[in-house]
Amino acid sequence: MNFFTEPLTLLTFFPLLGVLLLLFIPGGQKNALRWTALAVSLITFVISLWVFFLSGLYDASNPDLQLVARHPWIQVAGWNIEYHLAADGLSILLILLTTLLTPISILSTWTAVEERVKEFMVFFLLLETGMLGVFVAQDLFLFYIFWEFTLVPMYFLIGIWGGPRRIYAALKFFLYTMAGSILMLLAILWLGIQGGTFSVPQLIEQGGIPANIQWWLFIAFAAAFAIKVPMWPLHSWLPDAHVEAPTAGSVILAGVLLKLGTYGFVRFNIPLFPEATLKAAPWIALLATIGIIYGAAVSYAQTDIKKLVAYSSVSHLGFVMLGLFALNPEGLAGAILQMINHGISTGALFLLVGMIYEQTHTREFKVYGGLWKLMPVFGTLYLIVSLSSMGLPGLNGFVGEFTILLGAWGAGQSGVFYWGGVWFAAISALGVIMAAIYILYMFQKMFMGPQGEVVDEVKKHGHSLRDLNWREIAVIAPLILLIFWIGLYPAPFFDLMAPSVNKLAETFSAAALALR
Amino acid sequence: MPQPQDYQTLLPVIVLAVWACALLLLDSFLIQRKGLTACLAAAGLAITLGLTLSQIGRSSSGFSGMVVLDGFSTFINALQLVSGLLGVALAYAYVKRMGIERGEYYTLLLFSVVGMMLMAQATDLIVVFIALEMLSIPLYVLAAFNRTQAASEEAGLKYFLLGAFSTGFLVYGITLVYGATASTNLSAIFAAASSTSNLLLTIGAALILVGFGFKVAVVPFHMWTPDVYQGAPTAVTGFMSSGAKIAGFAALLRVFATAFPAIAADMTDILWALAAVTMILGNLVAISQTDIKRMLAYSSIAHAGYILMAFVPYGNPAVAPVSIAAGLFYLAAYVITNFGAWGVVIALEQPDGKGLQISDYSGLFWRKRGLAVAMTVFMLSLIGFPPTIGMVGKFYLFRAIIDGGFTGLAIIGVIASLVSAFYYLRVVVNMFMREGEQKIEREFWLDLTWGAAAFLTVAISLAPGWLFYLASAAGLR
Repeated sequence: MNFFTEPLTLLTFFPLLGVLLLLFIPGGQKNALRWTALAVSLITFVISLWVFFLSGLYDASNPDLQLVARHPWIQVAGWNIEYHLAADGLSILLILLTTLLTPISILSTWTAVEERVKEFMVFFLLLETGMLGVFVAQDLFLFYIFWEFTLVPMYFLIGIWGGPRRIYAALKFFLYTMAGSILMLLAILWLGIQGGTFSVPQLIEQGGIPANIQWWLFIAFAAAFAIKVPMWPLHSWLPDAHVEAPTAGSVILAGVLLKLGTYGFVRFNIPLFPEATLKAAPWIALLATIGIIYGAAVSYAQTDIKKLVAYSSVSHLGFVMLGLFALNPEGLAGAILQMINHGISTGALFLLVGMIYEQTHTREFKVYGGLWKLMPVFGTLYLIVSLSSMGLPGLNGFVGEFTILLGAWGAGQSGVFYWGGVWFAAISALGVIMAAIYILYMFQKMFMGPQGEVVDEVKKHGHSLRDLNWREIAVIAPLILLIFWIGLYPAPFFDLMAPSVNKLAETFSAAALALR
Repeated sequence: MPQPQDYQTLLPVIVLAVWACALLLLDSFLIQRKGLTACLAAAGLAITLGLTLSQIGRSSSGFSGMVVLDGFSTFINALQLVSGLLGVALAYAYVKRMGIERGEYYTLLLFSVVGMMLMAQATDLIVVFIALEMLSIPLYVLAAFNRTQAASEEAGLKYFLLGAFSTGFLVYGITLVYGATASTNLSAIFAAASSTSNLLLTIGAALILVGFGFKVAVVPFHMWTPDVYQGAPTAVTGFMSSGAKIAGFAALLRVFATAFPAIAADMTDILWALAAVTMILGNLVAISQTDIKRMLAYSSIAHAGYILMAFVPYGNPAVAPVSIAAGLFYLAAYVITNFGAWGVVIALEQPDGKGLQISDYSGLFWRKRGLAVAMTVFMLSLIGFPPTIGMVGKFYLFRAIIDGGFTGLAIIGVIASLVSAFYYLRVVVNMFMREGEQKIEREFWLDLTWGAAAFLTVAISLAPGWLFYLASAAGLR
């Protein structure tokens, strides 16, 4: 049996190997624990590169699911559950994002996590396996297990290593997310009973779910994913979770966990329930547009950096949702790229915030000020990341948002958004301007003007603010590189997903026309 | 004149009953060595388990159709014997620590298991009644076993009074059913009921349901549960919450599926409502508990509601077998998880009654990793969260319910699970996210119980195929 030589099985469960290793290292040996976790996550990253690029096993021009690992798992008593992993253009970039952000996050904890290092690393690697599992699972039962499982380590990461209100935030995170997924569980069961299989590609192929039932199933799945994204008005868990989570937790939460929701829409909702998707498109677009504007407006009112970034995520993910439900190649491709962009930019922003927080122990940006002179490297990097987050041309955010708006405009014209027309695209574009306002406002308060009181506060404790050290620069460098790469030459990224995206969009071009 | 086949049908029950009588005698000679009594009791259970397993695949009827041996009874009896063994393992050190080590403990436990096993095999309402008394009376005594503690005495008395009360309902129900059909034999009742449908039979069946409802702690017949679970010695509670529930559900299932399919249309609505109310109320009230024993008591009420869901489609021949199998699987999952959780409770309980508040679990993970991880596994399993057997059980159960067309009940079920996450997670929050000190009892059999339970809770969820197979093969004769 070649179970463990299957590339995706190896990739998904490799972090678990690290967990086993960590269990044998005594808790006092903090550096050994850190290096082991880092090494394991780096090897996982290398494996992911090998699987998709170097091994030649993955053909990026093929729109279908590849690298299939499929075995019968529970096949008794009328159950037809399989162990079924595969990847395609919709998931490849998200898998790579996960394997990249994990070692970066682990490296960022070097000095931030001093207590209970062993448990921290164990939960982190468990989380990586869970996230990878969600992106590669093609059986609904297996998917559900991975999906729910990601909650557990994140719950502990927030609840144990988080800020003062960590227990409240952890519980809220857990219950909110679970509230959505239990409805999805029922929908999964319904699909399994009616379709006779839990295999997603098979269910898509069979199709034929009556339109009125599709609608209910769509809502049940969407409940789980919309809470995770989070879409307005289901977003209230996110600011709490972000503010209380430790830096590395925030990075993964914003970078990958939120993408589980948007990925869920594109992998399950849209292909499984095409009629319901068309019917829902204007409504989702409406919520997405409200989220974009609302998130941006609320961001402006924040004084806590992490909270500001959290609300900006609501706004940014509104763009992703708008792009997905434009249902055309531009919208879908832009949305998937924007998922990656958001992971990179927001991840980097949280890392930078974590670095300054380690020195000042405050996230109120109004007490900062004039940091540029003291920390020029930090300032430069912060500026690049901020500009990327607000979508400056030449950086990654622009490419994603522009493509999404293009797609949304097209969808408005072709009638996918019905009564909404091009208004969604037009109003959403305002969100880009609003992003510039709140992000520049924060940047200005922190880096420009007279020196803030925090500088003296730090001096009182006998320290002075230092600029970034080499480890910190190494943590952030790969993300800066990607910000420029995607901003200046996004073609390779689009090429990776194009065949799968076009295939998915094709079903809708015909359907949309027929409906009109 | 009984035939050899009659004895074969009931062989494990007879062996265990004889063993229990012998042990009662023998124990009076083992004055200083009560540990040996425990070992002998365990040996008796193990031998009976071996006999039961050797009967897999056999099917027969005995004593003029009063008892039956089939896949269903074998599955249930194996489960009962395992919970008996776990009950002995939990009690072994616990009774010493609490200063209540007396040999009768194990003998009573064995007699109770005999009653539980007989209950699963009974095909006559009179035998059901005898079995119910046989399992209940030793449990009344066991609940009051820590007789120097007022709480334990109160638990015993309360359990006895309400138990007697519920038995009254059961007997009255049996009487009405006899009046309607002129028989107490389940198949004969079925035959008589198919030809005539009458109100007397429906009322009788409803009263029988009330009687069993008390035993398995279904709302609104659950009032005794929190007090009894809290007051009884914890090892007894652990055993009782599994064993009595399995037995009650086994009998309920057999009686309803064999005798009352004709009145399924009336019963389905009642069962639906009972299951829904039990799940909702059990989980809601559990939120406000601060004592871990009371919390687990309400949790066990809520789980009775989940298991009762499996009964709702019993009248639909296309779905009933799947639904019964789902119920059996869920019972097995519940037994494993439940014993593990009670094992952890026992590990933290102190002789002076301390260590039973949920706040006493604060910081447990940072002092005793294994115990806290095991407890986390049990809590996740009780919520129905992967990767645990509780999640697989819920998946199976909800699937059967949706298959039977009761999507509304399934929605209530999952919402109730969401509510339950709140209080189960509170234990986890305390163990991992708060600081605290506690004294932990280490004892080999106890550690083995919660350790093995935690391992099985996770392992079976990854490879549940064989248990599915056993549960779905465990059909009624």
